[in-house]
Amino acid sequence: MSIPVKPINDVGLKCYHCGDSGNPKSFVYADDHAFCCDGCKTVYELLKENDLCTYYNIEDRPGNKKAQEAASAGFLSLDDAEISNKIIRFTDGNRARVVFSTPGMHCSSCIWLLEHLNKLNHGVISSTVNFPRKEVTIDYLVGEIKLSELAGLMSAIGYPPAISLGDLELKKKKRASHSRVMKIGIAGFCFGNIMLMSFPDYFSIGDLELTPGLRHLFAWLNLVLALPVLLFSASEFFVSAYKTIRYKELNIDAPIALAITVTFLRSVYEISTDTGMGYLDSMSGIVFFMLIGRYFQDRTYENLSFERDYKSYFPIAVTVKTKDGEHSVPVSKLQPGDEMIIRTGELIPADCTLISERASLDYSFVTGEADPISKSQGEKIYAGARQMNGAIHARVEQATSQSYLTQLWNNDAFSRNKEEEHKTYIDSINRWFSLAVILTSLTAGVVWYFIDATVALNAATAVLIVACPCTLLLASTFTHASILKWLGKSGLYLKNANTIDRVGSATAIVFDKTGTITAAHEAEVVYEGSILLEEDEAAIGALAAQSGHPLSRRLSEYYNEAREQVVVEQISEVVGKGLVGYVGGKQYVLGSAQFTGGEAGASKGANVWVSKNGKVLGRFIFHNKFRSSLGDVVNELKGNYHLELLSGDHDAEREMLTAVFGNEMKFNCTPDDKLEYIKQLQHQGKKVIMMGDGLNDAGALQKAEAGIAVSDGVNNYFPACDAVLDAKAFERLPRLLRFTKQSRKIVIASFVISVLYNFVGIYFSVTGQMSPLIAAILMPASSFSVIIVTTLSAGILAKRLKISQN
Amino acid sequence: MSAMFLLIGASLLVAAGFLFAFIKAVKSGQYEDDYTPSVRMLFDDTTDKSKEENSK
Repeated sequence: MSIPVKPINDVGLKCYHCGDSGNPKSFVYADDHAFCCDGCKTVYELLKENDLCTYYNIEDRPGNKKAQEAASAGFLSLDDAEISNKIIRFTDGNRARVVFSTPGMHCSSCIWLLEHLNKLNHGVISSTVNFPRKEVTIDYLVGEIKLSELAGLMSAIGYPPAISLGDLELKKKKRASHSRVMKIGIAGFCFGNIMLMSFPDYFSIGDLELTPGLRHLFAWLNLVLALPVLLFSASEFFVSAYKTIRYKELNIDAPIALAITVTFLRSVYEISTDTGMGYLDSMSGIVFFMLIGRYFQDRTYENLSFERDYKSYFPIAVTVKTKDGEHSVPVSKLQPGDEMIIRTGELIPADCTLISERASLDYSFVTGEADPISKSQGEKIYAGARQMNGAIHARVEQATSQSYLTQLWNNDAFSRNKEEEHKTYIDSINRWFSLAVILTSLTAGVVWYFIDATVALNAATAVLIVACPCTLLLASTFTHASILKWLGKSGLYLKNANTIDRVGSATAIVFDKTGTITAAHEAEVVYEGSILLEEDEAAIGALAAQSGHPLSRRLSEYYNEAREQVVVEQISEVVGKGLVGYVGGKQYVLGSAQFTGGEAGASKGANVWVSKNGKVLGRFIFHNKFRSSLGDVVNELKGNYHLELLSGDHDAEREMLTAVFGNEMKFNCTPDDKLEYIKQLQHQGKKVIMMGDGLNDAGALQKAEAGIAVSDGVNNYFPACDAVLDAKAFERLPRLLRFTKQSRKIVIASFVISVLYNFVGIYFSVTGQMSPLIAAILMPASSFSVIIVTTLSAGILAKRLKISQN
Repeated sequence: MSAMFLLIGASLLVAAGFLFAFIKAVKSGQYEDDYTPSVRMLFDDTTDKSKEENSK
């Protein structure tokens, strides 16, 4: 097999596997290809060994760097019988089937690689990818490969499966889309055939009169064909209508269920008395069209889960030390008193006390506070922190479900159903519309009763049939479907159609700081102090590169070029304090003011002091880097919305933010504070959009009318919310909001169209001239024109507001 | 005219056959994923020069 040989030169050097252009000096080489890291090289070698190098012909540099960074060791817990039972979908003792969610997959090469797992390990029988859902279904031989090895293999090739407690419990939910397709198919089938058999009747004028026998047969066949539509396809309208009527409410499905019933009964009556063919074609037609509308509206983003709770963030198992060794224990089974071992980078799943001497904890996930906190022996650690340096031992104080962090989830904000609480304008339009239809129908019936009693029932039911709010429903479902589509294309993913109205009607926007208006993992570094020599810069960069502390990492990135080929000797790190190392015989110390001998107290933001041979040189100040478009976005939004900033972080950047937000800012907010604050705003009559990114915003996201999670990668984890905004689309936020607002006009315009049709229809029915032919023309005509108008106008609006990237 | 009845019966039979096929297709999961198969069909197995024991 031939491997394309690419010339190696330092200019524009890119990793053969993932295409990353990092520091050329750290590249490794194999077979004339350059790789940015050993990870990429390993995957390449793995592929080569198995003759799978066509991988590289499918797409240029297809590997995913990010995914590889995830630890691959943490899967041992999967072999725990209790956990594996939850994950394995099916097993007969010999072979088993498992479905892994792999958010890392992103291109056709990923599909190719993941579907060739059987080439990489013979224990795998087959693997099938579902790309829209980012899932891989793997059949494997139980005796050949363990579940943990399988997960390890996937990590090794760059697609670590995302397994979390929350997903395990969600797994059992059966997907509804599949029965929706079935309903549409059957409705379509019946509709088509009923249409076909109604044709002779439409034109049975004059000479073309059907023989009574055929007419009968057609009518009864129609009736038989209409039964599955009524009983199966239309069932969801009846169920939803029944649900709301029970609560003395009226949703849009109620009048539709009524119309379907009336149409069916009247058709049965006509057919059984041999007075006509009924309106079964219209009935099955509207059911068919409405189901299609619903299908597109609900077909949102299958790979995004909007329902995540704290369980999704926690590891599924943790190592517990007992008398007879170390065991992997499911997090939900943790008991107070258990001794956990938490390794670097792992999340602390329960409130606990520290047994080890020191721990350095990153609470950014919970509080938004970027700087790690150091804890010493005996101190209490709250769940949700990430251990930064080395393994620690800690004693569990409270079971996961009762910890400080998860208490937030017990707030009633999480048990409400926003969809039911927020009545949309469509509901109110529908109420008036239904009322008008029923009144018209009654009036027509009563008036005809006095003129000609035989026409009375006909006229009354004809009004109900023809004026059913199906076009109304079609108008809103198709508008919403295309709005969701356009928003999704431009980076705002809404959970469902109901969210459009809640986002569109908001009057206030509350921003979280860290991760929302700041770009995560990016910070500006400013140095203050005596001038650094080139060798100092190199030494600092090289020393910082030795530590896993986030500030050190930023610092080493800052001096990425200077630190090349510098050798640091005798490195020692004091967790939570700093690190010491020797470069060319000179001692360098990086760390806190106390540790290095700098002036404590004068801190703004995160500081790293540096000293050389015991003499303090100066300090590095890390500023959060705000999204470059922040100023413009806020300015644009200012006119239309009440803006606020809630931050869990300290107020070091208050001055900078005042220029943008004015005085509507609050710092040091706990997750509870944020939730309460949203409540306050709502008491003032404001409709609030909360924009947040982390677990610490979860309560506020739930409480707000619309919670929008800002995420740097939409496939990553984000908290439970109503919508996800791709961070790249942040600059387009004002336009996206305007789009949702104006979408209401489209719905109303299409309502007007459908009302016009209804007038025509009602004219025929009230005057008693309604014939199956007229119904058969009016129904699809109104449906089609509404579908076309809504889809086109949503597209035009999207183009005009320039909501997408280009 | 009785030919009509026969023809209608036959056409319904054909239609029922398609309906059955459709139901089977939905049940087998064909509609679960409408993207991946379009990509999958473009992959070719030209590189399988290692001895294959795959029972596909």
